[in-house]
Amino acid sequence: MINSPRFKEFWYYFKENKGAVVGLVIVSIFLLMALLADVIAPYSPSDQFRDFTLQPPVWQEGGSWQFILGTDVVGRDMLSRLIHGARYSFLIGCIVVALSTTGGILLGLIAGFSRGVVDAFISRLMDIILAFPSLLLALALVAILGPSLVNAMIAIAIVIQPHYVRLTRASVLAEKNKDYVIAAKVIGASKMRIMFKTILPNCLSPIIVQAALSFSTAILDAAALGFLGMGAQPPTPEWGTMLADAREFILRAWWVVTLPGLAILITVVAFNLMGDGLRDALDPKLKRS
Amino acid sequence: MIEFIFRKIVMFFLTFLGVTILSFSFIRLLPGDPIILLAGERGIDDERYAQLKAQFGFDQPLLHQYFDFLTNVFQGDLGVSFVTKKPVWDEFFTLFPATVELSICAVLFAIAIGLPAGIIAALKRGKFFDQALMSSALVGYSMPIFWWALLLIIVFSGMLQWTPVSGRISLLYFFDDVTGFMLIDSLLSGEKGAFKSAVMHLILPTIVLGTIPLAIIARQTRSAMLEVLGEDYIRTAKAKGLSNFRINGIHALRNALIPVVTVIGLSVGVLLAGAILTETIFSWPGIGKWMVDSIFRRDYQVVQGGLLLIAMIIMSVNLFVDVLYGLINPKIRQQR
Repeated sequence: MINSPRFKEFWYYFKENKGAVVGLVIVSIFLLMALLADVIAPYSPSDQFRDFTLQPPVWQEGGSWQFILGTDVVGRDMLSRLIHGARYSFLIGCIVVALSTTGGILLGLIAGFSRGVVDAFISRLMDIILAFPSLLLALALVAILGPSLVNAMIAIAIVIQPHYVRLTRASVLAEKNKDYVIAAKVIGASKMRIMFKTILPNCLSPIIVQAALSFSTAILDAAALGFLGMGAQPPTPEWGTMLADAREFILRAWWVVTLPGLAILITVVAFNLMGDGLRDALDPKLKRS
Repeated sequence: MIEFIFRKIVMFFLTFLGVTILSFSFIRLLPGDPIILLAGERGIDDERYAQLKAQFGFDQPLLHQYFDFLTNVFQGDLGVSFVTKKPVWDEFFTLFPATVELSICAVLFAIAIGLPAGIIAALKRGKFFDQALMSSALVGYSMPIFWWALLLIIVFSGMLQWTPVSGRISLLYFFDDVTGFMLIDSLLSGEKGAFKSAVMHLILPTIVLGTIPLAIIARQTRSAMLEVLGEDYIRTAKAKGLSNFRINGIHALRNALIPVVTVIGLSVGVLLAGAILTETIFSWPGIGKWMVDSIFRRDYQVVQGGLLLIAMIIMSVNLFVDVLYGLINPKIRQQR
C-alpha cells in the first residue's frame, strides 16, 4: 500500500503541510506511549507512595529525580499516570470514531439512496440530535446509562454521529446520478453493490477528514465528561478525571492540575493539525489557505 | 421565497415534536422511580405513593402522558421542580439572564479580538504575525476550556489576586433584580463599587467562554478575507487607485463579513455547551450550571423542561439564520 501511486500522491500533498507533519509526529509519540505504557512508565499508575504526597516536579525546589513530574495527593507518580492516560485517550478516540462512522455512514447511505419517507425520518432524527448542545445531550445520556467510561463513549458517539450522516447523505446525493453509477445500474449491479462498492469509495475523502477531526472532539468531550464526574471514574488515570480529582489543590500544587490538561491540549492540537493536513491532501477542491 | 420559509417552518415543527418526544422519554428512561426519590429517605406508604403517582400522571398510559405533556408545553407549563418546588419555567427565566449576560460578553470579547486579528492575518499572509496568530487560533480552538478556566484561576485569582474565583458579584452587595443582568442592575442600584465588583466577576468567565468562538472567528475572518482579496473587483479597485484602507476596510471587509456573521449566529450551540463547563467551574448561577446540578440531583422535571427550552433556543436561532441567509442568497432557497 505504501508503494501504491495513490498513497504517494497523498503523501506528497500531506508533507507539504508542515503543521500536519508535526501533528503526525506528536500523535505517533503519544501512540507509542500508549502502546508501551507498561514498559515506559516508571511506576504503576495506582501505586501510592504515602511518604511523598504532593511532591513537586524535579526542577522545582523539593522535587527529586525519583518522581520527575511530581506526585499527586496520595503519592501516585504523575508521569506514570499521564503515560497510562494516553491509553485511555486513544481508546476513547478509536472507539468513538469507529462507532460513529459505522452508524453514520450506514444511515447516510440509506437516507441518500431511498429518499422519501425514510430519508425524511433519518434527517429529522439527526436534526433533533443536533438541536441540543452536544455536551449537554451526552451528559443527559450518561445520566440515563449510568456514569462510566464505556457509557461516556457511547453517548459521545451518538452526539457526533449526525455529522457523518449528513456528510454521507450529501455525497451520495451528489454521486448518485453520475454516469458511472447509471452504468453500473444498467449492467445490473445489485443495490448493495452500488451502495458499498460503486458509490461509497467515492464519498470517503470528506468522511476520513471528519474522522480525524472528531478524534479530537471525542477526546475533549470525554475529558469534559470525566471532569464533570460523568466519564471514567477514579482512580482511572484518564486525563479529565485526573483534573477533576486535582481541582481542590489548584492553589497549592499547580502540577497536578496543569499537567493532565496540557496532555489533553497537546493531543487535541496534534489531531487537529493532522486533520487539516488530511483535508488539504485528500480534498484538492478545498482551497489551501 | 414564501415556499422556502414555509418549508423551513414545517421542518422546524417536525424537529420540535421530535425534541419533545426525546425530552419526554428522558424522564421515563432514567434509572430510579421519581416518586420514591421525591419521598426522600424516610420512605413512603403505598396509599401516598399511589396518590402522588396520580398527581404527576405517572399512572396513565405513556401515550396519554405524552399528550398531557405536549398540551402543557403549549400552554407554557413545564411542571414543577422536585427539589425547589418552583415552576421550571420561572426558574429558567430567573437564571437565563445570567447565561445571556455571560454569553453576550463572551461573543463581544471574541469579536473584538478575533475580527481585527483575522483581518490583519489575511493582509499579512505568510508573515510572522499571520503564522503566530493562526497557531494561537489552533491552540484556542483545541482548548479544553475547563482546564483553561483552572489555569486562569491559578494565575489571576491565586497568584495575582486580581479577580474573584466564583459567583456574579461580591456578597457585600445586595440589591433587587430589575433586569436580571448584573452589570445593569449594579449600576441601577447606585451602590458604590457594585458595578466594579460585577465586572471583576465577569472577566475570567468571559475569557474562558469566549476562547473557542474567538479562535473560530479569527480563522473564519482570515479565510473569508483571503478569498475576497483574490476577487476581480478588488483588482479593479486597486487599478482605480483607491487607498489601501478603502480597498481593505470597505470593499473587501463588507463581503468577507457575510460568512463571519453566519459563524457568529451558529455559535449559539457552542456557547451553550461551553456555558455548562464555564458556569460549573465559576459557580455562575446560569442555566448551564442549573442543568448540570439538576442532572446530578435527578430533578427530572427540570431536566425535561430545561432540555426542551435549550433545544428551542438553538433551533430558533438556526431557523432565523437560515431564513436570513435565504433572503440574502437566492441560491440557498432552491436547495432541498
